Amino acid sequence: MTDSVNMVLMVATVLFALGLVGVLTRKNVVFMLISVEIMLNAAGMAFVAAGSKWQQPDGQVMFLFILAMAAAEVSVGLALVLQIYHQHKTMDVEDLKELKD
Amino acid sequence: MILVLMIGVLLVGGLSCWLVAQRYPLMGRWIALIAVIIAFLLPVGWYIQHAPGITAVGKNWLIDYQVNWIPAFGISFHLAMDGLSFILILLTFLLGALSVLCSWNEIREKTGFYFFNLLWTLAGIAGVFVAMDLFLFYFFWEVMLVPMYFLIAIWGDFNRRYAAYKFFIFTQTGGLLMLLAILALYFIHGQQSGGQYTFDYFALLNTTFSNDVTARWIMLGFLIAFVIKLPMVPLHNWLPDAHSEAPTAGSLILAGLLLKTGAYGIIRFVLPLFPEASASIAWWAMLLGVVGIVYGALLAFAQTDLKRLIAYTSVSHMGFVLLGVFAFREIALQGVVMQLLTHGVSTGALFVLAGMLKERLHTRDINHMGGLWTAMPHMGALAMVFVMASLGLPFLGNFIAEFLILLGAFDVSPVLAIIASAGLVLSALYSLRIMQKVFQGQLQPISEQPRDLSVREWIIMACLTAAIIFLGLYPQPVFDVVKGALITSYQLPVAGGFN
Amino acid sequence: MNSLLPYIPALPLFGFVILSLFGRRLSKPVTAWLGAGTVCIAALITITVALAFLQTTPPGGAYSQLLWSWFTVGNLSVDISLRVDALTLVFIFIITFVGALIHIYSAFFMWHDRDMARFFASMNLFVCSMLLLVMADNLVLMYLGWEGVGLCSYLLIGFWYEVPSNSRAANKAFLITRIGDTALLIGLFLLFKELGTLNMNAILQEAPRHFTTGGSNIVLITVLLLVGGMGKSAQIPLQTWLPDAMAGPSPVSALIHAATMVTAGVYLIARMHGLFQLSPVTMAIVAIVGAITLLVAGCSALAQTDIKRILAYSTISQIGYMFLALGVGAWSAAVFHFFTHAFFKALLFLAAGVVIEALHHEHNIFMMGGLRKRMPEVFITFLAGAAALSALPLVSAGFFSKDAILWYSWSSAGGSALLWFMALVGAFITALYSTRLMLVVFWGDMKTPVHQQPDRGMVIPLVILAFFSITAGFIEWPHNMIHLSLFSDHVQQVLPGTVMKENLPPEWLFQAIAAVVTLLGVYLGITLYYGKSGVRWQQSPPLAATREFFFSGWKFDQLYNFIFVKPFLFLTRINKSDVIDRMYNGIAQASLRLNGWFSVSQNGSLRLYIVGVLAGILFIITLQLLL
Repeated sequence: MTDSVNMVLMVATVLFALGLVGVLTRKNVVFMLISVEIMLNAAGMAFVAAGSKWQQPDGQVMFLFILAMAAAEVSVGLALVLQIYHQHKTMDVEDLKELKD
Repeated sequence: MILVLMIGVLLVGGLSCWLVAQRYPLMGRWIALIAVIIAFLLPVGWYIQHAPGITAVGKNWLIDYQVNWIPAFGISFHLAMDGLSFILILLTFLLGALSVLCSWNEIREKTGFYFFNLLWTLAGIAGVFVAMDLFLFYFFWEVMLVPMYFLIAIWGDFNRRYAAYKFFIFTQTGGLLMLLAILALYFIHGQQSGGQYTFDYFALLNTTFSNDVTARWIMLGFLIAFVIKLPMVPLHNWLPDAHSEAPTAGSLILAGLLLKTGAYGIIRFVLPLFPEASASIAWWAMLLGVVGIVYGALLAFAQTDLKRLIAYTSVSHMGFVLLGVFAFREIALQGVVMQLLTHGVSTGALFVLAGMLKERLHTRDINHMGGLWTAMPHMGALAMVFVMASLGLPFLGNFIAEFLILLGAFDVSPVLAIIASAGLVLSALYSLRIMQKVFQGQLQPISEQPRDLSVREWIIMACLTAAIIFLGLYPQPVFDVVKGALITSYQLPVAGGFN
Repeated sequence: MNSLLPYIPALPLFGFVILSLFGRRLSKPVTAWLGAGTVCIAALITITVALAFLQTTPPGGAYSQLLWSWFTVGNLSVDISLRVDALTLVFIFIITFVGALIHIYSAFFMWHDRDMARFFASMNLFVCSMLLLVMADNLVLMYLGWEGVGLCSYLLIGFWYEVPSNSRAANKAFLITRIGDTALLIGLFLLFKELGTLNMNAILQEAPRHFTTGGSNIVLITVLLLVGGMGKSAQIPLQTWLPDAMAGPSPVSALIHAATMVTAGVYLIARMHGLFQLSPVTMAIVAIVGAITLLVAGCSALAQTDIKRILAYSTISQIGYMFLALGVGAWSAAVFHFFTHAFFKALLFLAAGVVIEALHHEHNIFMMGGLRKRMPEVFITFLAGAAALSALPLVSAGFFSKDAILWYSWSSAGGSALLWFMALVGAFITALYSTRLMLVVFWGDMKTPVHQQPDRGMVIPLVILAFFSITAGFIEWPHNMIHLSLFSDHVQQVLPGTVMKENLPPEWLFQAIAAVVTLLGVYLGITLYYGKSGVRWQQSPPLAATREFFFSGWKFDQLYNFIFVKPFLFLTRINKSDVIDRMYNGIAQASLRLNGWFSVSQNGSLRLYIVGVLAGILFIITLQLLL
């Protein structure tokens, strides 16, 4: 049992690392958003695993939360991406430095 | 109740100025004038009704009004008035009415918002003079600050942004320190009285401090906030900029009233709440007062910008206040109250005159003026009156004030009093320079002759002149009214080990 | 009689108020009547009061009238209250009587001036303040008058304000007297601290009980009062303002800078005689200051060419005599000299005003000349004044008062041979410059034509003053001649008698020497200046240098300029923009600099931000793990 939990956590960690690397290396905003989603799912997986380990429903509740939140985030994020594309005709974050001081 | 009405009239009047002026831009000033005059008549009318009882012994608090505001934190809406508050409120509304008159034609843009700010500043000042709950006091303290910032920043001169920021940052720093000090006092008192947390002034008066260090730090929190407003050298730097950039009415209110809140705060809060701590720093405070007198006068002499010159004279005159307050003598304190009134009137008048000159000549530089007596003999004569007031000529109120302050301070520290007296010579230097540069000499060739005073300007100056002469020749009513209010301020520190 | 007192200062005050409020609307005759009339009525009231006083001395030796309580604070209570005793009576008589004559003269003198109303308003205010100064029963009210006369002096010196040098002179006068005034004020503080009162009578009564003779406090107090007096009375080292003060109209010089205001110091010391008697050191200082001043100013008068500056220096010198008399304890002699001096010096200034006006505002005496024939009335009156100034024996008022001072400067307890000798040299110089002035202006060739003759209204005051310049001395004779001492009997109701030395040489010897010296001075003047135009001073370099030195008033102005004015101006100029502001600007600069540093990190690169967040998280986790 514990092994499987460890395995699942391991997978979650790998998934998280993949997402993180994606966020750090990708230049395209859409891919960065996808990477963020992967990180969220990694976190969700960890919650579920932890919930099954302690026999508590909280892990699954948290996962549902994360799902809802991810949906909201993606909708706002994609809307922003669309606007950015409309205005700047680019998806490259390196070119989007309007907030630079 | 009358106090609530008084402040309420100003707040409501200010709002309605703003709203009405959206539609009818010229109505704003009439509403403002009427509101201030009503606010002025309320305490005057009350005084006439209750005059005999006021000077009676043992009844210091003339009006006391208290309702709960946020009882959970011990905050109440507590307004009270004693002789000191009464005198200062009269000054507030007198100068308030004149400041509305000053702005009559000077302000041409956003008049509604202007008068809103003016009236709310006045309301804040009046509130500061009567609030007896420290939370409420702090509230009013900020209320008078923010509209003043707008007055300078929107309707000021070329360098108004800089001046407004500087004014705001200086006073806000002081305000922050005061807030911390108020909270510290609140908690210390609450713990002492077994959980009875309150912001009420009269309750907090009973606070005792277990160690001197705490008391001194809390006292300094209050004191620094007040001496920034006063202002004391070396915390005076906001003043010349703010005064010279503000519109005429702004300068009048700044010099005539805002500075007085600092002095009032020291007399009302610092001395009674922390008698021992005040006594322990008294000598330093007096020293800084004297430094202010001399330093302000030297700077005033060097200026070529008329309003800046007058602003530095305020620094010099307010040095006398600090000197007098920390002498802890009745004579000196009475002189301080007198100085508050007469400085408000005389320096206010000088700022009004400077504003009139600027309106006519479009410059504040005294090197571009000269010989104006020929063109404007009436203004010249009035300027002479107030220049003489500012150098302390005995027919006029300022002399009484400075004489009493120096007399009281001499009893405590002859050396400081003597150096301060040298300020009288310096004040003659800078005052006469105003007359010489502006009104004497040959009239500069100007395209059009500046016209002499208009009827509205006559009314303003006549009020101020009458006030300063009255205070000079018959100051006794003022002394009688404030006598009772000052007792705690000078007796406690003396009892606390000051000699 | 008491109830009449307030009207004496109130009438000129009324004139001032009306003239200053409505002056521009009133016609010239109304202005003149109002301005001069109020002072004339005040003079009549004064004479009524004086007659009543002389007939029966009022109880307590003084009339007094409380007007209202000015202020009562703590243990200080100050009233607006008037008091007229024998000493004050002399002063208010001179102020109102000579003042009235000068006002009448001014009505004609200032007729063509645009600002006649302003002139009379200031003059009336001056008379009011001066009366308050001498009638005050406490020192605070006296200080009010004291500053009030300073203000009026300032206003009137700078009356023709369009000329920058006039307003500079006015400022100078105000500032230098202000230095003295401040010393006086500090003296009042000290007095109050010691005695707890500022009422003059109370002070004089309390002082002998409170102070020990020669104690440090009383010396300090009297020295401070003395400095106040020196400022107003233009005694060395505060004398430099008076010659410049001649920028004002001539009647102003006559009233303020000769007859009344400049003698305020004399009044102060005489009034506070009880304090000064307790401090022999200060008395000696007073005498020495007076003696030095009378010599220095006399020498300066010798070299001047401006007729009014000659008279100004001579005024300083004559007040020096009064100080000398006060210093040696000859109180009544000092006041007596004030009394006679007021007549003849006012006369000289008014006559000089007429001459200047007649010669198209010519001030230089060497551009005058030959006026004896052209302006006979002025000549005769001026002669009377000059005779009194040089103290011609027996025929002039100045002789009687100056002779008394000379006598006491040797014979009184505080006197000495040196003081007497200085006063004697001063008398010689006085005679010399008076003669010089007379001869150069009225004899010789006419260099500037006379373009107008004085009005009758200007001549009448001159004649009246000339009459008094000759006769005013007859009320007080030297003891060895005629036993008539009306004046000293009168003032000695208030002032103590003079303490004399023992074993003195006979008084007639001194009188003879004084008379001879005076006549020698006149004789020297005649040999030097009679019939010779152009003077030979300039031909010898040392003499020319001396003349230049005297002409500049012993270089006091240059000295003060160097010691005080220049450093002060320098100091204020370098600090014009307030050095403390630098500190706050520094704080502002520092925060801007920090902002510059930190904003580098704000480069807009999203991925860099994420690295930052990650690094932060790692840092916190490691911290957690390690601790």
